Amino acid sequence: MRYLPHTESDRRAMLDAIGAPDAESLFVDVPAAARLSQPLDLPRGEGEMAVERAFSRLAMKNLSAGCAPFFIGAGLYRHHVPAAVDQLLLRGEFLTAYTPYQPELSQGTLQVLFEFQTQVAALTGMEVANASMYDGATACAEAVLMAARVTKRPRAILSGGLHPHWRSTTETALRYTGLEADLLAPDPLGIEDLMGRIDSRTACIVVQNPGFFGGIRDLRPLAAACRQAGALLVVAVADPVGLGLMEAPGAMGADIVVAEGQSLGIGLSFGGPGLGLFATREKFVRQMPGRLAGQTVDADGRRGFVLTLSTREQHIRREKATSNICTNSGLCALAFSIHLSLLGESGLARLAQLNHAAAVALEQRLRGVKGVRVLAPSYFNEFAVHLGEDVDAAQVVDTLAARGILAGVPASRFYPDYPELAPVLILAATETNTGADMDALANALAEVL
Amino acid sequence: MAEANTLSGNRGLMVEEPLIFEMGSPGRFGIDLPEPPPLDLDRLGGCRRAGPVGLPDLSEPQVVRHYTRLSQKNYGIDTGFYPLGSCTMKHNPRLSEKMARLPGLADLHPLQPQATVQGALEVIDSLADWLKGLTGMPAVAMTPAAGAHGEWCGLMAIRACLEDRGQGHRRRVLVPESAHGTNPASAALCGFTVDPIPAKADGRVDLAALKAKLGPDVACLMLTNPNTCGLFETEILDIAQAVHEAGAFFYCDGANFNAIVGRVRVADLGIDAMHINLHKTFSTPHGGGGPGAGPTVLSAELAPFAPLPFVVHGPQGFTLVEHAADTPESKPFGRVKGFHGQFGVFVRALAYIMSMGADGLRQASTDAVLNANYLLARLKDDLSPSFAGPCMHECLFDDSFLKDSGVTTLDFAKALIDEGFHPMTMYFPLVVHGALLMEPTETESRETLDQFVAVVRGLAAKARDGQAEEFKQAPRFTPRRRLDETLAARTPVLRWKPPAG
Amino acid sequence: MSDVRFTKDHEWIRVEGDLGTVGITDYAQHQLGDIVFVDLPEPGRDLAQGGEAAVVESVKAASEVYTPVAGTVTENNDALADQPALVNQSPEDGAWFFRLRLADPAQLAGLMDRAAYDEYVKGLE
Repeated sequence: MRYLPHTESDRRAMLDAIGAPDAESLFVDVPAAARLSQPLDLPRGEGEMAVERAFSRLAMKNLSAGCAPFFIGAGLYRHHVPAAVDQLLLRGEFLTAYTPYQPELSQGTLQVLFEFQTQVAALTGMEVANASMYDGATACAEAVLMAARVTKRPRAILSGGLHPHWRSTTETALRYTGLEADLLAPDPLGIEDLMGRIDSRTACIVVQNPGFFGGIRDLRPLAAACRQAGALLVVAVADPVGLGLMEAPGAMGADIVVAEGQSLGIGLSFGGPGLGLFATREKFVRQMPGRLAGQTVDADGRRGFVLTLSTREQHIRREKATSNICTNSGLCALAFSIHLSLLGESGLARLAQLNHAAAVALEQRLRGVKGVRVLAPSYFNEFAVHLGEDVDAAQVVDTLAARGILAGVPASRFYPDYPELAPVLILAATETNTGADMDALANALAEVL
Repeated sequence: MAEANTLSGNRGLMVEEPLIFEMGSPGRFGIDLPEPPPLDLDRLGGCRRAGPVGLPDLSEPQVVRHYTRLSQKNYGIDTGFYPLGSCTMKHNPRLSEKMARLPGLADLHPLQPQATVQGALEVIDSLADWLKGLTGMPAVAMTPAAGAHGEWCGLMAIRACLEDRGQGHRRRVLVPESAHGTNPASAALCGFTVDPIPAKADGRVDLAALKAKLGPDVACLMLTNPNTCGLFETEILDIAQAVHEAGAFFYCDGANFNAIVGRVRVADLGIDAMHINLHKTFSTPHGGGGPGAGPTVLSAELAPFAPLPFVVHGPQGFTLVEHAADTPESKPFGRVKGFHGQFGVFVRALAYIMSMGADGLRQASTDAVLNANYLLARLKDDLSPSFAGPCMHECLFDDSFLKDSGVTTLDFAKALIDEGFHPMTMYFPLVVHGALLMEPTETESRETLDQFVAVVRGLAAKARDGQAEEFKQAPRFTPRRRLDETLAARTPVLRWKPPAG
Repeated sequence: MSDVRFTKDHEWIRVEGDLGTVGITDYAQHQLGDIVFVDLPEPGRDLAQGGEAAVVESVKAASEVYTPVAGTVTENNDALADQPALVNQSPEDGAWFFRLRLADPAQLAGLMDRAAYDEYVKGLE
């Protein structure tokens, strides 16, 4: 077996050194009744060629995004990832390192995390960011748990414009904690009344901006209302590319910002792994979940980096920890950081403009399609459209997929119980979309509607 | 170290590298993007950004060099031996990386119509079949993103099942003192209280003490097996029986599953739920701290409570079940993350499993245990083993061999760094004083183990010989020497800030 | 000379009138190592005897500080927020944690005096 170095004579010599007659005897502590005497009746190992063939066959059964006019977003966005990102990720010193528990052997990872935290804080307009969480949805759940710790209040109000997966992940996380989630109905028009629901039991309001249906809201009035009521404003961001063009949530008064970082550097990968971004105010840092890298000096007085404020974490605080998380999404954070470094200030602004311009161009093309109505007046690179009273958007999407067009996500995929959402389709456009893609979509929609 | 001073501060291959924010010059691009069309009227609802983000502008060669230099300040499995106990640092096959990058698997959106992602759903289903086959368990929740997330998922299923049975009053979870910190933290997130159970002198759970703690308010036992001392719980069948007779569940922390794959099926041990760290047992890269994946196998009793979504295989191919209404026969406790699980990690793990096969996986566990016992045998006279062998995939020592030497476990670890090895896990498990936990893994050759043994023995001799001062100075040959963690915690600097003025 | 009493969890309390000042002992700060953070109770908080009142943290450990007697917190030691190292430097003096108005002075009787505490610590070593 190519991953196992021992020859039979190595094994024999090692057993002799141990003083064991055979390998079986090393498993003497396993109850005899449960010991397997031979390999399980499952397939045998294969060489590289056979495994490659099997995966190529699996890959061929999929329609990959790059092979189709592609307008799917809804929480995960297709952006061009520069070649340098993946080449650098494959450096074994990054790829095959563990969590930086030995700082002298991990200054690379630690400096990356410190730079990543700085980038995330800058992007979100917050004072501090952690070294990342699993994904946006779990970061959102952690934000609500943190808001409850900070405010010592039991109730979270979740906007109907929050991504449904983030909503249900958060609701699940709260389920047995004694905290409550107030889930507002899906809100494609962005007209829900959040402020009216705040009371003295409100720990936080969670609002996604731009919303799940694309609309952008000015967060400042909401932030003021939260502040006045002693509640925290948690802002969720699905595509951080938008922050290159839109005002940072921190600048609009957010107390905690959570985001899905997949847009930068990571690729689609069928939805996982993602990258949870988590940023907040400095005064809340000890209530923060997740790992933190911090600056310090070494024995010779030179700048260096370590993991710090670990007493918040499970390996020290156990059941009193701020979270059970034991990892971050390290390699994804690295990918995010490299991509953002390649973009820089100018590149990010330009990328964001290209995205917005693509969405505006798409909207203009779709306005020419009979029956299509754009729902929100504002958006970044994604918006919801209404396809007509009796139209089932899911069916339209399937029909277009059969023609090789990946035409967005029907709202009913998330909200099957809301018949009024059946005609609603969520469409995203990024820098990867060409004018020809948009024509193909508009023409196909005109034909089927 | 005055003799090592250079004009640049660099030392040959050890090149000083500033923060990326200290580089850059406005107007540089690392990516060529077209000029955006003029936007006379944006649709941003009056929320256009007022000021800059504050990012440096750099070209591609600068960025590539920056991260290359940073990588050179890291130690990975590719660099050398990494016997970090409880973490399973073994070779990460490059075929797995290549497969995860096939555009037909990497460039897929999770919300594409299911007819266009049948191959991806098949990957999830195939991996699920392997995990069920290797554990003998009837069901697996694939979506947890990491080990701790899998623990929480398993405990949530237990809590949901208890509530469903009208036994929501069962809130106490029994956890050995030697457990990973994630165990009590996960239990707390499910509204459970944690009650520690003691170990016997041989490092295993004290069955009598466990029985005394069982009662009508106990939800489950959480036990790592093989345990965090690297020992198989010899009385595990009696433990399972006692737990079940008390009406509680048996959760197993599967962090150490890599020791027993193909040699024992979890189902045959009476376990009701166990997470599997794909990034450990099935060799997907740790990436400096994630991403991992923690699928959780479940017994028939717990299976109906598995979270959404999950893949089912029918005559029409593979279907992703995303809503409770679509699965009336089950009672999912909710959703644990966005989308459908750590798919990129699944592809890598499946590629590894297919490469190894049932025969290779069994050999891997066997070699892992062989290597740990080899280290134990060759080091037992120079170090102080905490427990008699045989051990499973890792061997545990305490610091009594350093007694009166002035050298601590930490010093010993730092000295190993200067010798070119990544240290073992230190000070865990907590039940052993000054613990040194070594997990060599099956992908290390006998030659590597022998080199390591020679160095460890040599260092132990130095410690005995009263050369403590040398240990205190270690490491001396790393890009940075010992770092001041007290300063970092007292005055947290968690981000770069532009210099004033 | 005011009366100082000690607990088995290594807190001390100095009583003047119906006010008590609480901190951790020199032995405790030695065990914890470099103190990096102290979390103190807000004035106005009611504490039951033996209840969790504060948290003291080193780099690798966090420990609860329990109040030796019941009472209402009147004041906490602001200085420790900026200078947690004071706990290492003058644990039984400048680095007091909080003051409280005693609910039941009779509880003091159950605590150790200096001699008894010293004896107790000797037994631990």
